[in-house]
Amino acid sequence: MFTYVLKRLLTLVPVFLAVSFVIFMILHLIPGNPVDNLLRVGSSPDMRAEIEAKYGLDRPLLVQYVIWLFHVLQGDLGTAIVARRPVATIIGGALPYSLQLGGAALLFSSTLGILLGIVAAWFRDRWPDQAIMGGVLLGSTLPSFWMGLLFILFFAVWLGWFPVSGVRGWQSLVLPVLTIGFGGTALVTRVTRVAMVDAGGRDFVLLLHAKGLSPLRIALGHVLRVALLPVVTILSLRIGWILGGAVTVEVVFARPGLGTTLIKALSQHDYPVVQACLLMLSVAVMLGTLIGDVLQALLDPRMRHGHR
Amino acid sequence: MIDRSLSVLKVALGSFKGRVAAAWLLVVIVAAVFAPLLTPYAYDLQTLSQAFQPPSASHWLGTDEFGRDLMTRLMYGARTSLSVSVVAIGLSVSLGLVFGAIAGYFGGRVDRAITVVVDLTWSFPEILLALILVAIIGPGVTGTLLAIGVAYLAQFTRLARGQIMSLRSETFVEAARSLGASDSFILAHHLIPNTLAPVLVTAMLATGDAIILEATLGFFGLGAQPPTPSWGGMMSSGTAQLFRAPGIILFPGLAVALTVIAINIFGDALVAAMDVRSRERKA
Repeated sequence: MFTYVLKRLLTLVPVFLAVSFVIFMILHLIPGNPVDNLLRVGSSPDMRAEIEAKYGLDRPLLVQYVIWLFHVLQGDLGTAIVARRPVATIIGGALPYSLQLGGAALLFSSTLGILLGIVAAWFRDRWPDQAIMGGVLLGSTLPSFWMGLLFILFFAVWLGWFPVSGVRGWQSLVLPVLTIGFGGTALVTRVTRVAMVDAGGRDFVLLLHAKGLSPLRIALGHVLRVALLPVVTILSLRIGWILGGAVTVEVVFARPGLGTTLIKALSQHDYPVVQACLLMLSVAVMLGTLIGDVLQALLDPRMRHGHR
Repeated sequence: MIDRSLSVLKVALGSFKGRVAAAWLLVVIVAAVFAPLLTPYAYDLQTLSQAFQPPSASHWLGTDEFGRDLMTRLMYGARTSLSVSVVAIGLSVSLGLVFGAIAGYFGGRVDRAITVVVDLTWSFPEILLALILVAIIGPGVTGTLLAIGVAYLAQFTRLARGQIMSLRSETFVEAARSLGASDSFILAHHLIPNTLAPVLVTAMLATGDAIILEATLGFFGLGAQPPTPSWGGMMSSGTAQLFRAPGIILFPGLAVALTVIAINIFGDALVAAMDVRSRERKA
């Protein structure tokens, strides 16, 4: 198992290099001189010289990238232009809020989604199934930020049950989690339903029926175990999407997480912060995929030994 | 080809759901195309004395914080949102077909290079890819258009590559080659036309996702810049008025939601209709 994790981790290295190179290139692809893009308007020549020396901006592009990457890997993400603070401090402050929201949303959508998927498969083509699948269509097509605004309107403004925005206590986490969870649950429900129906049609289920087991026991004790494998696969591929949803929803609820920081920095042309946020989100997506793969290997021993 | 598409369209419109979805899409397209003829107001005309009007006979959906007619802005917004999404997906389809066809037909080193890039971008959510691109190109219509186009490129390259690879060894391709047809002729006249049907249906469904992505970028203030209305941009400026005039956010969001749902229902009906066709052909 350990070697499997190590192998998967190693395959992420080239991906990380490629992604970080693209993010590094942002500074060179946008109009204007990279030095100007890293400094406030009207900075002194001394500061220009300092930045130039630090990032080796007179050297070849590839050397510049290596220097930049070296700084990043040591946790030096540069200084924010607008906030005039180290970017690492800003990211460190925002990250917990995003992790909290992403984690809670993931937990919520996978639990509820698997539950609803089982119910839908159990009542296949009857009204509970149709009702759930109708909700799934809504969940997978409605824009998440709009759902968030609707939730704010109903639950926060009209009913006054939860705070409108900000991060005061667990109550402020409820609406954002529901917002991301709506789309996430739709996805997990759909996958679970298909997997349950598919696994329910296999030969071993016939044998279990012949043995006289109750249908409910077959569904929960046997079919579900087989069905969970594709669910974990899809879920692992989609962890990034759920985190991506978190970016949008953070902005709606004014949570000071990575997404809000990124959007604010984009509109302020604060490129060191933009780069750092994009890098953190990309790493989160990569780690999400890795965790999914490891979970899958735990569930399916064939994966670990490369029989596939 | 045209006969076949017509028969598919007929089957897709056969169901009640399919008809309703198609009717809504038609309404939105007509409103977008003929907006200047359909509304007496200008989308950027500010009449501050008319701000925050409730829905009435003269302002069907009311007015926003600057006294601009919401219905008018919604129709002009449909112009921006639909054209950006459609052109962006058109960009990813055409580039995706070219890259996918090259990778799938020639194989070898080109295929491996294209596949590596596709697999790399495939694992990232479209919104993250789009944000990286907007960071480079800058906000605005062009920025969002290119960002969305590139964000969906991997999907279409992958689809086209798979299709071309499975068709490459069919008998009719071998026959064409033995008659002396060149690679480019086979690709343009035999392989790409045969991949069009699945690609176009996927493109339709992707357009729905693209509308949401465009609205999201617009909501972040990165899309079409004011005063040009877009559905996302309208919601972005509406957040400040959430308590006073929820309609500024409700209506554009409803427009996005209904359009995307209609695209999904109609797209699914098309897929089902094509399945019926292939079943009939086999029987």
